Amino acid sequence: MSIRITKPFIDLNEENLQQVNGNLGIYQLADDQDRVLKTGYAGGKSLFGLQGELRDALQQQTAARFRTEITSAYLTRYQELLMLHQADFGELPPLNDPADVNNLGRLSPA
Amino acid sequence: MELNLTEEQEMIVGMVRKFVQNEILPLEMQLDPDADALPAEHKTRLVEKVKQMGLYGLDIPPEYGGPDLDMVTRTLLAIEMSQHRAGLYVPCYGVFGGAGLAQLFEANDDQKERYLYPTLRGEKSGFFGLTEPSGGSDPARAIETRAVQDGDDWIINGSKIFISGADKADYGLVFARTSPDKGRGGVTCFIVDTDTPGFHVRRIVHTLRSARYATELQFEDMRVPARNILGQLNKGFAIANDRLSRQRIPYSAGCIGVAIAANKMAVEYAKQRETFGAPLSSRQAIQWMLVDNEIDIRHARWVTLEAADKAEKGEPFRTEAAMAKLIATENASRVVDRCIQIHGGYGVTKDFPFERWYREMRIRRIGEGPSEVQRHIIARDILGSSLR
Repeated sequence: MSIRITKPFIDLNEENLQQVNGNLGIYQLADDQDRVLKTGYAGGKSLFGLQGELRDALQQQTAARFRTEITSAYLTRYQELLMLHQADFGELPPLNDPADVNNLGRLSPA
Repeated sequence: MELNLTEEQEMIVGMVRKFVQNEILPLEMQLDPDADALPAEHKTRLVEKVKQMGLYGLDIPPEYGGPDLDMVTRTLLAIEMSQHRAGLYVPCYGVFGGAGLAQLFEANDDQKERYLYPTLRGEKSGFFGLTEPSGGSDPARAIETRAVQDGDDWIINGSKIFISGADKADYGLVFARTSPDKGRGGVTCFIVDTDTPGFHVRRIVHTLRSARYATELQFEDMRVPARNILGQLNKGFAIANDRLSRQRIPYSAGCIGVAIAANKMAVEYAKQRETFGAPLSSRQAIQWMLVDNEIDIRHARWVTLEAADKAEKGEPFRTEAAMAKLIATENASRVVDRCIQIHGGYGVTKDFPFERWYREMRIRRIGEGPSEVQRHIIARDILGSSLR
């Protein structure tokens, strides 16, 4: 199983948001060049799951595109993607809390 | 074994029970249902509180600064500390501290200075690297990671899987084969710094536990100095084996605590919830589930306390620890399952802790030696060499 998300980003707009259900899972927000701006998750306290989280992002207009992955292991997958970003770029995505790096492990994917 | 708790035991158990009710449960309500950590400010505050209670570092021997409590009392406390949603794997979110890797108490003075004392001060953390892709239930034969001597160093190549905390650790205990043809007598334990060139955390292994993951490690020509051998050359399996037996007692206690918490909720719910004009508790089908829960819990509690009592007295306790692990994990799994049944649809939602306990409890029948291995250990002790 690849640890990288391979599905493409799509535009963050109302039409695409209608296709997203209220599942638990992780999401990534990106700019119009598909550079990851934020990795987040919809957990057990998210009122409307992934759709709710992405609707917040749409209202805040912080990103142009998004992609999701439905998973009940949302917390470990979230940490994994942040570690992967840290390994690739030496820092977390710009809209993630920089302090989170203190809680992350070190990953050196082959 | 004394069946009644002493006054001191009653007092300490009551103190920890109140701590869980007053400090942990209200905080937990605010966290994600799968969370396994408290916000830093709360953790710091509660660690201070536990230190004031004189209970910090419960599994640290008194000569190293831990509280002077016997094994039975520690087991009773472990049962109390796990009675909340995250309690099975992170009792009280770790605010009672811990010794980390107990094997380091057997380290030499130089190793204690470099690894044990910084760990006890909370400056370093370690991981336990035993299981390999080739198998975990029979580690003595399954270990394929090789260590070859090169002057004053050893060169380690191989891999490990299902290793907790290796990605965040400063060092780890890595078991490697140093004599290929000696079976369990050819395994050595090395203390490995995680910044050693050739040490790689290759991937996260996602499991039923959605808050905590395991890791897969790879060692590529990893050079470790001979002074980092823990214990003696080719005697590493004894270190691993001792840890496995001891760990089975608190491991069992955690399962019992969760079963108690689940059953308490089920009893309350059964009294309140009505079906067809009468409370669930009036239905014989429900009563019998609660009765079976009670029997399962008491059974597991007594065999676990017996194992703790024998360990405390310095008597052989391998069979008792295996029985405790077997019975506590299997009984608690049944208890949680029945409690879900009693709660109906609510039982499987994230609004209640049962679904998390159900998932995590399933791992418990495999971790630290699966039920079949525990039965194998007990059979071997009953039948002696004729089994081999």
